[in-house]
Amino acid sequence: MGSLVVLIIIVLACIAAPLYESSIAHTDAFTSNVAGTITINGQTVPVLEPSTEGLGLGVNPIAPTWTAQYFLGSDNQGRDVASRILYGGRNTLIIGFASAILCCVLAGIIGIVSGFFGRGVDAVLSRGLDVLWAFPVYLLAICLSVVLISSSLTIGPVTLSSASILLPIVIIGIVYVPYVARPIRGQVMSLREREFVQAAVGAGAPDMRLLRREILPNVLPTIIVFLPLMAAINMLTEAALSFLSIGVQPPDSSWGTIVNDGVGLLYTRPWVAIAPGILLAITAVTLNLLGDGVRDALDPKARLRGAA
Amino acid sequence: MWRFAGKRALAALLVLFAISVLVFLIFFATPGIDPAARIAGRNASQETLTQVRASFGFDRPIWVQYGLMMQHLFINRDLTSFVNRGSQVIPQVMQAIPVTLSLVFGAALIWVVLALIMGVAATAARGTVIDPLILVIGVIGVSLPVFWLGEVVNLVTQSRLHDTVFAWVPQLGYVPLTDGVGPWALHLLFPWLTLAVLYAGIYARVLRSEMVASMNEDYVRMARAKGIGETRVLIRHSLRTSMISIVSLFGLDFGALIGGAALLTEVVFGLQGVGKLTYDSLQNFDLPVILACVLYASFFVVLANFIVDLLYAWLDPRVRHV
Amino acid sequence: MSEPLLDVRDLRVSFRTRTGVVTAVDGISFTVGPGDVVGLVGESGSGKSVSMLSVLGLIDNPNCVIEGQALFKGRDLLTMSDDELRAVRGQEIAMIFQDPMTALTPVYTAGWHISEQIRAHEKVSKKAALARAVQLLDAVGIPNAADRVNSYPHEFSGGMRQRVVIAMALSCNPSLLIADEPTTALDVTIQAQILELLKSLQSEFGSSIVLITHDMGVVSQMSDRVMVMYGGRLAEAGPRREVMRNPLHPYTWGLMASIPPTDGTRVARLAAIPGAPISPGDPDRDHCLFSARCRFVSDACRPQPELVEHIPGHFDSCVLPFADRVELRRQAMTPLEVAP
Repeated sequence: MGSLVVLIIIVLACIAAPLYESSIAHTDAFTSNVAGTITINGQTVPVLEPSTEGLGLGVNPIAPTWTAQYFLGSDNQGRDVASRILYGGRNTLIIGFASAILCCVLAGIIGIVSGFFGRGVDAVLSRGLDVLWAFPVYLLAICLSVVLISSSLTIGPVTLSSASILLPIVIIGIVYVPYVARPIRGQVMSLREREFVQAAVGAGAPDMRLLRREILPNVLPTIIVFLPLMAAINMLTEAALSFLSIGVQPPDSSWGTIVNDGVGLLYTRPWVAIAPGILLAITAVTLNLLGDGVRDALDPKARLRGAA
Repeated sequence: MWRFAGKRALAALLVLFAISVLVFLIFFATPGIDPAARIAGRNASQETLTQVRASFGFDRPIWVQYGLMMQHLFINRDLTSFVNRGSQVIPQVMQAIPVTLSLVFGAALIWVVLALIMGVAATAARGTVIDPLILVIGVIGVSLPVFWLGEVVNLVTQSRLHDTVFAWVPQLGYVPLTDGVGPWALHLLFPWLTLAVLYAGIYARVLRSEMVASMNEDYVRMARAKGIGETRVLIRHSLRTSMISIVSLFGLDFGALIGGAALLTEVVFGLQGVGKLTYDSLQNFDLPVILACVLYASFFVVLANFIVDLLYAWLDPRVRHV
Repeated sequence: MSEPLLDVRDLRVSFRTRTGVVTAVDGISFTVGPGDVVGLVGESGSGKSVSMLSVLGLIDNPNCVIEGQALFKGRDLLTMSDDELRAVRGQEIAMIFQDPMTALTPVYTAGWHISEQIRAHEKVSKKAALARAVQLLDAVGIPNAADRVNSYPHEFSGGMRQRVVIAMALSCNPSLLIADEPTTALDVTIQAQILELLKSLQSEFGSSIVLITHDMGVVSQMSDRVMVMYGGRLAEAGPRREVMRNPLHPYTWGLMASIPPTDGTRVARLAAIPGAPISPGDPDRDHCLFSARCRFVSDACRPQPELVEHIPGHFDSCVLPFADRVELRRQAMTPLEVAP
C-alpha cells in the first residue's frame, strides 16, 4: 500500500512537473526576456535598469508587499526581485538543461566508445574519467572558471566571451561527464557480452551497425534517465558557482547571483535571498521526482525493488 | 589486506599526480592566456610580471614549469600572494585545514548516524507511511541549494529568532578545539546540521532500498531459519551487507563535499576553512592562493577516498582478494 | 507407529495478489516420524518449498494466508508466538537451502555463521562455540577444519559451502532437518557426495529429514517415504519402494518415465509429460489438477478426487480403477511413437 502511495505521488509529481514549472518560472521567465522589460506603474521599464521613478533607495519596498508589483520587494538597486528572479530563472534553467544535454551527450559518446571498443581505448578513457572524478567537482569548476572567466577563450575559430552564458554551460557540462559516463560504460560492456549482440557479431555486422542497431537503443533509456537528474544537479551547481561569483557574470542574473545579492541584505530584505532559493529547490525537487518517474517507467526492475 | 592497501595507496598517488598535472595545465597552459599575468593578479607592474616569470620558469620547458610549481607548493612552500603582497600562502592553507576537517567530519558523522537510524527504521516499518516520507525527505535534501539553506538558517538563528529561541547560538565563526570541545561544537553545530540535512535523507533512502533488497536474499531467510531474532537479522545480516554500498557512496560524496558543499557552508557561516580561503581569493583573483587551496583540498579528497577504500575492504572480505 | 514428530494437517497456503488469490498449497496432510527420511517431490511451483517454509513461519509476505495445523511434538507451529517459533527454528527444526552460494552472509566467516546459530540457542562462550564449529566442519568432511573455520563464504567452492550450511544446520542437533533442494545447485559429482554425507549424518545424529526435490533419483537414493505433489496437492504418497516400483498416479508415471533407465536397451527418446504445470492462480480448482495433462482424463476427474489408501500406507488421488492401473501404466510408460 505504501509503495502504491509513493508511486502515485511520483506519477502525480511527474505529470504536474511541466505544469508548475511553466507557471512559476519557465514561461514567465521566457516572456519577460522576450520583452526585456516589465511594466511598472503603467510605464514600460527595462528589467535590468535601476528603477528611478519615485522609488528612490530609501523607499524600496520590502517583501512581501502583497501587490502585483514588487511582490517580492526590490533589491538595493530598486530592481523588482520577482522580475529578476523570473529573468534569472531563465538563465538558470537554460544552463541547467543545456549543460545536462551536453553532459549526457559527451558522457554517452565516451561511455559507449570506451565500453564498446575496450582495451587501449577503454584504458585511456576510463583512467581519464577516474582522475576527473577524483577531482572534486566544484574545485575543478572553480579552476576552469577562474582561468576562463577573466578573459575570453579562443579555441580555433570559436571565441567565447567571458560574460557568455556558454561558458558556465560548458564548464558544468564537462565536470559531470564521469558521473554519467561510468555507468554507461559498464552497461555497454555487459551488453557487449549479451547473446543478441554476440549473435549480431556472429552474423558479421560491422561495428557501426552494432553500435547503431544493438547498443544505442539499449543504452538510450539510461541516458534519458540521467537527463532530468543531471539538469537538477547542474542547476544547483550553476547556482553555487554564481553564488561564488564565478558563474553567470553581472549584469546578467541567475538564481545563484540573486541569492548572492541577497546575502548582504539578508537581515533587512530576507526575501531577496529566500525566494530564488525556494524556486531553485522546488525545481530541483520536481526534476528529481521526474527522474525517479522516468527511471521507474523505463526500468521495471528498479520499480520492483522500490515497491518491495 | 596489506597488499590491497599498498595497491590502493599506489593508485591514490597516481591520481594525485594526475590531478596536479591537470591543475597545472588549466592554470599554466590554457591556450591564449598569459599565466604570469594571471599569477601576478590584476594591474600587475611589469617588474612583478618579470619576477613571476622567472620564479615559475615560464620561459623554460613545460615540465620544468610543472616542477617549479610543485616545488613552490609542496617542497619550499614559499608560494606568495601578489594581491596581498608578500603574504605566504601555504601557512594560510595550513591554518585553514583544521577548520575544514572539523566541519566535514562532524557533518559526516551526523548524517551517517541519522541515515542509519532513518534507513533501519524505514526498513523495519516498510509498507507504512514512514517509507514514502523518507523518499520525500531524501529528494528534498538533495534538491536544496546548500548556500541558500545556510543563509536561511543564519537568518533564523542569528536574526529573526536570535533574541528568543536561539539566544544560545553563538556568533558566526570558528573556535579551535583547543578552546574546549563545548564551544567548538556549539560554533559548528548549525554548519554541521546544514550539511547533514543535504545527505541524511538520500543516504537513508539508499540504505533502505539496499536493505529491503537484501531482506529477500537467501542469507536473510537462512538467518531467520537459524532462529535468530528479527532485530539481529536486520542489524547483523541485512544492515551489515547493505553498509558496503553506503560506504562506497560515502567515498564518492566525501570528495564532492570537501570541494563543494563544505566550501559553500564555510562561506555562508564565516568559517575560515580552506573553502572560505578559496572563496576570498576568488573575489580578488588571488591565483596562488586558489592554486594552493585546490591542490591541498584535492590531496585530502584523495586521502579520504583511500581511507574509504580500506574501510570498504574491511567491510567486504570479497574485495580484499581482488 | 510411534507418535509422529511432525504432523501436518490440512495445510493451506495462499497469497492475495492484485489479480486474485493464488493458492500455493491446497490442503495437504502428512506426518514425519522420528528418524524418518521423507522425500517431497514435485516440479517447480508445486508448493513443496512453500509448504515447509510456511510451517516454519519463514514466508515474509504480508499477503500470505496460512491455514491448517502443523503439530511439532504435539505443539502447533502455526499458532506459536514469534518467540516460541524462534526457539524451535534452528534448534529443533533446521533448514538447508538450495543455493549455498547465497545462503551464507558474504561478510562473515564459516565459524561466525555456525557459532551464531549455536549462541542463538545455547548459552556458551564464543570460544566454545567456535571450537564446536571446528568439530562440526570436520564432521561434514571439510579438510583443515581448524583453518577453514576462519574462511569467508567466497573462499569455499559450492560443494564445500553446502557442507558449511549442513554443519550449521546440524549444530544444535535438530530433531528435524528440512533440506530444500540441497543438491540442485551443485555439480553432479558433488551432488552424490552431499547426499552421501546427509545419509551418514542422518544415521549418526538420528534426525528426521524432509527432503524437498524435483529429482526422483535423489529421492530413490535417500528417502524412506515419498510424497508426490502436484499443484499444491498430494498426488501420491507412500513408502519409497512401493512408490518407485508400483506408482499409482499418472503424474508419478510421468515423473518416472522421465528418468533414463540404467539397464536394458537405450531408449530413443525419454518420455516427457505433455503440457505445462497448472497456474496456481487459476480459480477453477475443483477437479484433478493434473487432468489437463493426463491422457486418461475423463468426467470422473471432476470434482476434485479424494486421496485414497489403496494399499496400506500407499495413498493416491486418482479416480482410475485400481485394478487397471498396472496395464494403464504400461501404456503410459511406452507410449510416445518415436520415429525410428
